[in-house]
Amino acid sequence: MSLTATDIRNLCLSALALGICALLPFGDNGYWLGLGVTIAMFTALATSWALFSGPTHYISLATAAFFGVGTYVTGLGIETLPFWALVILAGGIGAVLAALVGLATLRLSGVYFVIFTLGLAELVRQAITWVQNNSGQKGLYVLTDLDEAGIYWWLLGLTALVLLGGWMIGRSRLGFALRIIGDDETVAAHSGINTARAKVLLFMVPGAVAAMTGAILAPRYVYIEPSLAFAPILSFQVVIMALLGGASRLWGPLVGVIPFTFLLEAVSSNFPNQTTLVIGIAFLVIVYLLPKGFVGLLDAVLHRINKTGAV
Amino acid sequence: MNRRPFLKLVSAMTLAGALAATAASAETIRIGAVAPKTGPLAGGAAVTQWPSIYLWVDQINAAGGLTVDGEQMMIELIEYDDQTNPGETIKAVQRLATQDDAHFIIAPYGTGLNLAAAPLFDRYGYPQIAVSAITDQQADLAAKFPNMFFTLGTTTALAADVVSVLSDMRAAGQMGDNVAMVNVADAFGIELATAAKPLFEEAGFNIVYETSYPLGTQDLSPVIKGAAAAEPDAFVAWSYPPDTFGLTEQAMIEDLDVKAFYTAVATPFPGYGARFGAAAEGVLGAGGVNPDSDAFKEYAAAHEAVTGEKPDYWASATTYAALEILAQSIEAVGLDRAEVTAHLKESSFDTILGPISFDENNSNADFWTVGQWQGGVFRGVASRGRDGSVPVILKDGWE
Repeated sequence: MSLTATDIRNLCLSALALGICALLPFGDNGYWLGLGVTIAMFTALATSWALFSGPTHYISLATAAFFGVGTYVTGLGIETLPFWALVILAGGIGAVLAALVGLATLRLSGVYFVIFTLGLAELVRQAITWVQNNSGQKGLYVLTDLDEAGIYWWLLGLTALVLLGGWMIGRSRLGFALRIIGDDETVAAHSGINTARAKVLLFMVPGAVAAMTGAILAPRYVYIEPSLAFAPILSFQVVIMALLGGASRLWGPLVGVIPFTFLLEAVSSNFPNQTTLVIGIAFLVIVYLLPKGFVGLLDAVLHRINKTGAV
Repeated sequence: MNRRPFLKLVSAMTLAGALAATAASAETIRIGAVAPKTGPLAGGAAVTQWPSIYLWVDQINAAGGLTVDGEQMMIELIEYDDQTNPGETIKAVQRLATQDDAHFIIAPYGTGLNLAAAPLFDRYGYPQIAVSAITDQQADLAAKFPNMFFTLGTTTALAADVVSVLSDMRAAGQMGDNVAMVNVADAFGIELATAAKPLFEEAGFNIVYETSYPLGTQDLSPVIKGAAAAEPDAFVAWSYPPDTFGLTEQAMIEDLDVKAFYTAVATPFPGYGARFGAAAEGVLGAGGVNPDSDAFKEYAAAHEAVTGEKPDYWASATTYAALEILAQSIEAVGLDRAEVTAHLKESSFDTILGPISFDENNSNADFWTVGQWQGGVFRGVASRGRDGSVPVILKDGWE
């Protein structure tokens, strides 16, 4: 592939921005770093989610399933393997699991896929619990020396990988194939694209990333319980953040994650007794007022400017 | 449209807020609290955690506050809902420590949420007097988080004392060797079952029926039917709140004929006694208190007067005792958190449960382990070092 001057400039700017983000722990080691961890976590999750769901329009609610698998990989392996190996292992397991799920379900479309992915978290949770229950208590405590700054850097590195990977996929034959599938799957099939293979391949990306995110965050939680590791709310948060930003651009989810994290923070600090209620209202407002997210809003604004300029 | 009144209102509110903030920071002790108000653990926290916190703040402020370095300081409570989500617990503790500048933070609710918060309590030097965090890892955790204290006991002690209660009944000729043991397939249920099984075998019991069920199982009749078919002398369930109620209900329906019936978490809730009435008589459960002690009676009366709810017969009183310990430490050494932690490690505290002190693993060695519904009250029948336990009675039917 060939890089234009704009590409190189964008890459350099992105690298610079990430470099600046990496300095956060030196500036503040407390509250803002904590928010930074949340933002980095959701950026990795929402961007990888949008890589698949953006072009294909398949709404996946499987994030919690892969995330939970990742936390358990760390929980079960922390005594025997180094942390970096666990993160890679979690990514591998997440990708394999996603491939299996993809093979089974991606021939389905629309609502069948949504329901299956929603059930997947519960399925995997029960499977892991069954194993734990039959083998005695294992993998419940994750005691490491990894602190908040370390977790933040891990997540930031993962986010960088996701963005780079997404950018490369967007330029590849696979990305092109997926855009065609998203526009019209029948046309894609008739053009000789193996639609099932393309979808399964891309579905492995959010699977692997969510599992790696879970593996990285396990030391932060210290104690791993199925009900906490597989909390379904995570899947919905990722979807709403990606939609708020806009799933049609690589950087779209990022502009959703940052305001949404601050919104959640403001809600939970100001409405301690109605947090869930206010978050629910925020969801509704976003869906009604910004159906295409900030990216859509920006496109509309640009479109209007161009039009008035032309006149 | 006239925007003036709105502007005036906003500026007035800002001003009032600013004044209140300065007034507050001058002479109050800011106490942070984070626990579930929504999510799976909200029900338990609404019985055990929040009412005791409100009662404690209410009582201290009604008495004019705490005496810190000769000065009376009122308590300002800052509370957050963590939605039973460890990520939210972490955010809330961070917010309390860095944005709200809390002097002290009350330990969260539940093992998972307490441990998620432990690294932050440790980093900011807050003493964490955990209550609803039962674990066998106290030594490891206290070594890693030297500010973390444990009050409610260990997993193994809870399991072992059930075994010893049943052993005593067997020795007295009240029951035979056969035990049915079931557990909820979730973290704490698995921990308890794992601890209990070898103890039962060591004590010479036959586990004639053993099974588990997933968290949230609605239909528990197969569990009770399976147990009934094995004709056990005792039925032991390492259960969580919803299944504690569900199993009891099924046992009533099936008229499960056992000499001892044990369910774990939530058995000491006042709601349990209220729901099952006379059928609850003789049911064994995790925890206990001495409901006849004057201190507990006084606490229960105040609890109901202030919050409108009855305390449970286990962790409620311990939650309140942990707050009493915090208040006594603050009055003894002031608002310096490191000094409070040091004071916690070396002193003995007079609480509604009796004296409490912490050992080299930051653990309170004296706690209730098994209780039983007797005459409409859940009474402690086994403990580690607590006074006032009563003899166990036989479970005699479900009428």
